[in-house]
Amino acid sequence: MTGMVFAFYLFALSTLTGGLFTVISRHPVHSVLWLILSFISAAGLFVLLGAEFVAMLLVIVYVGAVAVLFLFVVMMLDVDFAELKAEMAKYMPLALLIGLILLMQFGIAFGAWETSAGAEAARVAPAPVDVHNTAALGLLLYDKYFLLFQLAGLILLVAMIGAIVLTLRHRTDIKRQNVLHQMWRDPAKAMKLKDVKPGQGL
Amino acid sequence: MIQADLNIILPEIVIAVFAMLALLGAVYTIKDKAAGMLIWLTAALFIALAFWIGTTGSGTHTAFSGMFIDDGFSRFAKVMILLSAAAVLVMGQDYMARRGLMRFEYPILIALGVVGMMMMVSAGDLMSLYMGLELQSLSLYVVASMRRDSVRSTEAGLKYFVLGALSSGLLLYGASLVYGYVGTTNFAGIIEASDGRAPLGLLLGLVFVMSGLAFKVSAVPFHMWTPDVYEGAPTPIAAFFATAPKVAAMALFARTLFDAFGGIVTDWQQILAVMSVLSIFWGSVAAIGQTDIKRLMAYSSIAHMGFALMGLAAGTEFGVQAMLIYLAIYVTMNVGTFAFILSMQRDGLPITDIRSLNLYSRANPGRALAMLVLLFSLAGVPPLVGFFGKFYVLRAAYDGGLVWLAVLGVVGSVIGAFYYLRIVYYMYFGEEGEALDPPGSPVLWSVIMVSAAIIGLAWLPGINLFGIEGAAQAAAATLVN
Repeated sequence: MTGMVFAFYLFALSTLTGGLFTVISRHPVHSVLWLILSFISAAGLFVLLGAEFVAMLLVIVYVGAVAVLFLFVVMMLDVDFAELKAEMAKYMPLALLIGLILLMQFGIAFGAWETSAGAEAARVAPAPVDVHNTAALGLLLYDKYFLLFQLAGLILLVAMIGAIVLTLRHRTDIKRQNVLHQMWRDPAKAMKLKDVKPGQGL
Repeated sequence: MIQADLNIILPEIVIAVFAMLALLGAVYTIKDKAAGMLIWLTAALFIALAFWIGTTGSGTHTAFSGMFIDDGFSRFAKVMILLSAAAVLVMGQDYMARRGLMRFEYPILIALGVVGMMMMVSAGDLMSLYMGLELQSLSLYVVASMRRDSVRSTEAGLKYFVLGALSSGLLLYGASLVYGYVGTTNFAGIIEASDGRAPLGLLLGLVFVMSGLAFKVSAVPFHMWTPDVYEGAPTPIAAFFATAPKVAAMALFARTLFDAFGGIVTDWQQILAVMSVLSIFWGSVAAIGQTDIKRLMAYSSIAHMGFALMGLAAGTEFGVQAMLIYLAIYVTMNVGTFAFILSMQRDGLPITDIRSLNLYSRANPGRALAMLVLLFSLAGVPPLVGFFGKFYVLRAAYDGGLVWLAVLGVVGSVIGAFYYLRIVYYMYFGEEGEALDPPGSPVLWSVIMVSAAIIGLAWLPGINLFGIEGAAQAAAATLVN
């Protein structure tokens, strides 16, 4: 059991550290790298909870795709982060003050927290015993949460349409590849062999 | 089991399937040339569904283990959403064509947004609430920046997106707190667990959820995005923002407060009352300095949402009825007013400065009269229908024991009347100036005239607001019980 506890504190600590340094590190590329550390540690936490599928999803989708995409964006876009930071610094005292007040309020709320009598019973049993993790998730998604699953699909469709609407431009002034045209070209007509004598050129 | 559930959400399925088929059809064939046809088709589908929902729906059904509720309240809101979306789609066509914005994705995004709104008003669970809200918001973010070569349009979209994401974060945090206390996200479960007292977890969650929702209805102090977004977005899209999404968000607000937090009415009543007063005053006072008619309508919508919230703040069945009537009247007035704004142009370019309306009545007496009726009604001048809307919510607040709120509402309404009447002044008694183009589109003309006729005549004893009172009462009765 102590191994589990040790693993939990290790992952939790590195998740928090990763998150903190994502925000405060000066170099944007470093921020993304810290973010990846945070994702991987969170995946470790999911494994500890017995949710292997979610953990793998986090590693594959977030670390594998999203974070790498972030990295590309950060490297390719010419954003002056120093200027953005300077702009931020102007409002920093106010933001810190608000953050501090909120933190204190949440602290008070945490101290006085209670849950309703039926809350524990109302929560769905967290670990299905006789089915596999992925199968249990599938059963929930396609049966109990069918509506939400389909709605999520519609939201992604809107996101896709939106990305295309806002970025795609049909340009008429550029040459495009025409595969059929390329295939039907006759090498005998399109190409001519010339015998070039040494030292003369064409 | 699943078959019965699917039957209940059939209208939503029809629109979603239509949108997907239209998308595929247009992409693989004539692309943007299909836009005009698609706009008409979408509007026709909306109207057909509105009639279908309005005439055949009866009783209360829940689907997907309580996540989706189909009752009189949701049907009333859906009919309003569908009809106003159809009207706005049709009347914006001319404008979009002139500015080269006739893209086939526009009606499709609107259709998907409407699916989101219908999900919102039928939500019976914090999760389906959030899904509907995001589907609606995401479509709106995209259409706001539809005019992607204009800095102001993209700025409007970006601003809307960033602040919208923030408000979604607030809402989700609140939802998680509520779940933490209750152990379920189902509205029925939440109201069962609250049983008349508001423990800390529920109260904190309620405040965050209400903040998120107040952002969507643009109530003060969550209003700051509204004027910029209305100004930057293309006018037909601003018209859309001012109508259907507002109805959906207000209905969702009412649904959440009564279905999920109906046990702790006194706790949310005070929050709503304060937001209502602030919205009415800020919407009225800040609009005085505006000369851009779109910004002016944005502040006007803030003030009107304040009045709608006043009905809700009463916390009674009559209050919900008043809110629904107010929303129906508000939507009708706004459709007419935006149709007028769409017809304002000089040398083929849209004009939004209200001083350009100088002596408009000389050139177009008919339209000027229609606009006069609409503006008087927006200001709440009796005997026009807008007055009855205000009268209803004020009475609801008074009956609900919020006398101070009703008094402040009257004061705010008087202040707000100033800027509506100023437009009327420009139209009838302004100075000589450059005239606007003679208005062209017959669609716009008929939308203005029909809405002005409804607003100007529906209070007559024989018409009695088209029986909307009875419908709203029945709808409110299904929500509050």
